Amino acid sequence: MFVKIISKPGTTREYETGSWRMGLKPKFLKENCIGCDLCALLCPEGVITGGEKNTYQTDYSYCKGCGICAEECPEKDVLMVKEEEEV
Amino acid sequence: MKHFLEGSIAVAEAVKLCRPGVISAYPITPQTHIVEKLADFVANGELNTEFLNVESEHSAASVVLGSLAAGVRSYTASSSQGLLLMSEVLYNIAGLRLPLVITCANRAISAPLSIWNDQQDSEALRDAGLIQLYVESIQEAVDYHLYAFRLAEDPRVLLPVMVCMDGFVLTHAYEAVDIPQQENVDAFLPEFKLQEKLDTKEPISMGVVADARFYMETRYAIQETMREAQIIMKEMKHEFEKVFEREIYVFFEPYCLEDAEKVIISRGSVAGTVKDVVDEMRKEGKKVGALKLISYRPFPAEKLYEALKGVPEVAVLDRAISLGGFGPMYTEFKALFQGKEKSPKVSGFIGGLGQRDITKDNIREIYEKLEGNEVSCHFLNLNQEYLMQARRYT
Repeated sequence: MFVKIISKPGTTREYETGSWRMGLKPKFLKENCIGCDLCALLCPEGVITGGEKNTYQTDYSYCKGCGICAEECPEKDVLMVKEEEEV
Repeated sequence: MKHFLEGSIAVAEAVKLCRPGVISAYPITPQTHIVEKLADFVANGELNTEFLNVESEHSAASVVLGSLAAGVRSYTASSSQGLLLMSEVLYNIAGLRLPLVITCANRAISAPLSIWNDQQDSEALRDAGLIQLYVESIQEAVDYHLYAFRLAEDPRVLLPVMVCMDGFVLTHAYEAVDIPQQENVDAFLPEFKLQEKLDTKEPISMGVVADARFYMETRYAIQETMREAQIIMKEMKHEFEKVFEREIYVFFEPYCLEDAEKVIISRGSVAGTVKDVVDEMRKEGKKVGALKLISYRPFPAEKLYEALKGVPEVAVLDRAISLGGFGPMYTEFKALFQGKEKSPKVSGFIGGLGQRDITKDNIREIYEKLEGNEVSCHFLNLNQEYLMQARRYT
């Protein structure tokens, strides 16, 4: 007897984990960014993208709001703000 | 053709005949000679197999998990601590329905350190979802390895099969064994084809999460397969006998059971000693018999009940113990007769741990003890002098 135990690859994308955020989200100020790429490298979800200075952004559909980007930004150019706030 | 071979070498010859695509193993006594010989075959160009040397048993099992997932026939072997280190991966292999064939060269478990033989290691993997077959002789070790590949890879089964052979007593003993011809093995063992395998062209995800809605059904499916496997095992027995022209038992071997009043149930090499004692006692006019259990998982409960229901006294000889409980096989047999119309008296004996000898006299002692009260966990042949120094609470 067999039940299905395999699935299509990449199905995790269907789960929009942004809903897991507990009230805070990162805001990329794009003022003092030096383009060091640390936020993108350290993001556990791999959803921060960017390249040049002041171009970094996150995908709020998947960002879980862990705050590592804000904590590690050497220029304090990423802030954790209330979920309701415009970004 | 018959060859005079060491047990490990005979097993390596059998595995070679099955042409696995990947072998990965880490050496541990008493399994070493098996994989050493297979490595020789590969190095000498006699076997076209990828032999992967790894840094631990956990990695060895992980390698064969991967190769099986990619649809390649795979083999590994271990013992004792090595098997325990593999156990996490072996549960996964069974859960993923991958048809590994693994040899367990049965050995005691530390501490204290013992390299010698008993069956506590494979017993620890009892609940993993592996089919477990226990062999009595080197010939059986060869035969059941051939059988194991066919059984594991059958698209109706797809479960790992562990062939358990007593360390040293079988792995390091010599016997005249019939190693079959390659063409017969090829006729018996079809090419391995996995329907759903890892393939970069058509990717799939294996080993995904199953939440509370799905997990239980995956276990139920394995439990059902263990039942179905018994039908398939019987069918394969006939095909084996047709191709290799010798008889094998696949569930258990009854010995002088017909009119027996006392029966000893055992597993592995010790069954030979039990049968010798049966022969001797039969000559003395005593109605004794024996049963050698081969398939421990699946546990052929109904077939065993039919074979044993008319026997008044049964002894189960375990070469393992569930510490704080009873002998594991004893518990199974007790459960088997529970609530049944006819139920023999079932006694449990523990013997041969860490390769303590089980002598003919010990076997006689069991038959004699059956006349008295039922015992549940009687240790045979304890070293009383050593126990004299023991400190105990009561």
